[in-house]
Amino acid sequence: MPEAMGFFTDTTVCIGCKACEVACKEWNQLPAENGGVGTLSGDSYDNTRRLDGIHWRHVRFIEQFKGPYDGRWLMMSDVCKHCVQAGCLEVCPTGAIIRTEFDTVVIQSDVCNGCRACIAACPFGVIDINPVSGTAQKCTLCYDRLKVGLEPACSKACPTDSIQFGPITELRQRAQKRVEQLRAQGTKADLYGADPKGPLGGLNSFYLLVDKPEVYGLPAKPQLPTRNLSKSAGFSVASAAVLGVLALVGLRKHRMDDMGGPGGGGGGGGQN
Amino acid sequence: MSDTFFSGAPHWTWFIIPYFYVGGLAGGACFLAAILEWFGKPEDRPVVRAGYDVAAVGAILSGLLLTVDLGQPLRFWHMLFQSEHFPAIMFKAWSPISFGAWAILLFGLFSVLSALGAKAEEGRLRNAALRAVGGVVRGGLAKLVSGVGGILGFFIAGYTGVLLSVTNRPIWADSPWLGALFLVSGASTGAAMLILLAPGRGAAQRSVEWLSSFDTSALVVELLVLALFLVSLGSINRVWLSFWGLVLLVGVVGVGILAPLRLHTKPAQAAKLVLLGGFLLRLATMLGSEGIDRYRLAAGM
Repeated sequence: MPEAMGFFTDTTVCIGCKACEVACKEWNQLPAENGGVGTLSGDSYDNTRRLDGIHWRHVRFIEQFKGPYDGRWLMMSDVCKHCVQAGCLEVCPTGAIIRTEFDTVVIQSDVCNGCRACIAACPFGVIDINPVSGTAQKCTLCYDRLKVGLEPACSKACPTDSIQFGPITELRQRAQKRVEQLRAQGTKADLYGADPKGPLGGLNSFYLLVDKPEVYGLPAKPQLPTRNLSKSAGFSVASAAVLGVLALVGLRKHRMDDMGGPGGGGGGGGQN
Repeated sequence: MSDTFFSGAPHWTWFIIPYFYVGGLAGGACFLAAILEWFGKPEDRPVVRAGYDVAAVGAILSGLLLTVDLGQPLRFWHMLFQSEHFPAIMFKAWSPISFGAWAILLFGLFSVLSALGAKAEEGRLRNAALRAVGGVVRGGLAKLVSGVGGILGFFIAGYTGVLLSVTNRPIWADSPWLGALFLVSGASTGAAMLILLAPGRGAAQRSVEWLSSFDTSALVVELLVLALFLVSLGSINRVWLSFWGLVLLVGVVGVGILAPLRLHTKPAQAAKLVLLGGFLLRLATMLGSEGIDRYRLAAGM
């Protein structure tokens, strides 16, 4: 059984070159958007804007500027988090989403029927429909490359080693050292998703951030979708019981009215 | 800011909204038909038969809407059987969309059987095979089939809301009351549909009166559950400062609940408003959430 593999993304060394986006698109033969005609976001240098069915990597540009010379750029190459407890895998009704021998989460495109339950279940907004296949798609952590001993295309292409690939235990140690180094330099730095006792049992793609997770478009405390199941089902059953009682009480009242009224028939539950 | 604002919209819109509405309505009608099948009088039979018809047509329509909505409609059976190990069953008890797929199939089966039994009762089945099936249902299985169908009907009405709660989307996952709300709405719209249809099927005035009084009770419960739903949303309620908030307030509460309660002496008029309100409830809750794009876009990031 191979070790759990994943990504450690050090956002402090990301230069926003988008080599990872291009490598991902190329290796996975993902189609172009809008027929290949570029569309500009109009309010940011980030024109990809989001992860979806045809963008499995997205270099997020966060422009924190108060004025033309007062601010900073934050950049983060975003991707599927390959959660240890994955909401998408939990709700998938077809069994299309599986956990691989590398502890990564993969959607089998030939099994998925495009119901989109996984899209709503993912707390990170990672998954979407690929309009070409009609199925839900996202990063596979290059499962096909891993199977033959290759590194994922994005981390291979990253020129600054912002995206680092390897066994999760090793990556966590490396990330912790980097956090300590940055803090010693006076830079605020925290790991997001590296704690196996944290939300979702830890993320197999985790990040080093220098601001709050929300600034990077990441939820502070991501949760599994099934957290609401028992309470929601319980309230539904209770309301059904209330309606059942109301229906029967109403029926009995009508019977009593019939019996009390002139020419009213007797009770009895007979029919036909 | 709720963590649900970071998720992506599943684009459950113009097939799923009608499905949630029709499924709830059919489920509610089937439940009421089952109540009268078990505890009603002979004069209630036209309502029972109309209830089974609404349930059967609604169940078939629901299945079609669900299938058409899929990205790969021909793979609809992947929800029922493991595509790589057919005929092994595909079922996840913790996934509402998984047990819902089975529930809609079974609801369709039992509601169609009940409808065939009712048609046999009226002597309206010309096909010999269907007449035989209808005869078997009428010949002693009617109450059992109807009872299971009624329970499944309420299940369908409620699970659609539970399904939404078991996501990570704004509004839907921020309250555990959507299942109860959709269930009660299914009951009120089911009763409303029967109030409109049953007189044409020869229903007695007393049967329609019972439906009307039940609908009034259901609307009061619906108003209460809607209030609980909104209270449970807490700060998320600011999402209703939008067109969909107006639809919820005016369309659902005003037109769909308060106006029919005021018009309870005119059941047919009230029923039409209840049907409209039930649809607007699904529309507002679905599109209210679908319309919220991811937080990073909303925040201009």
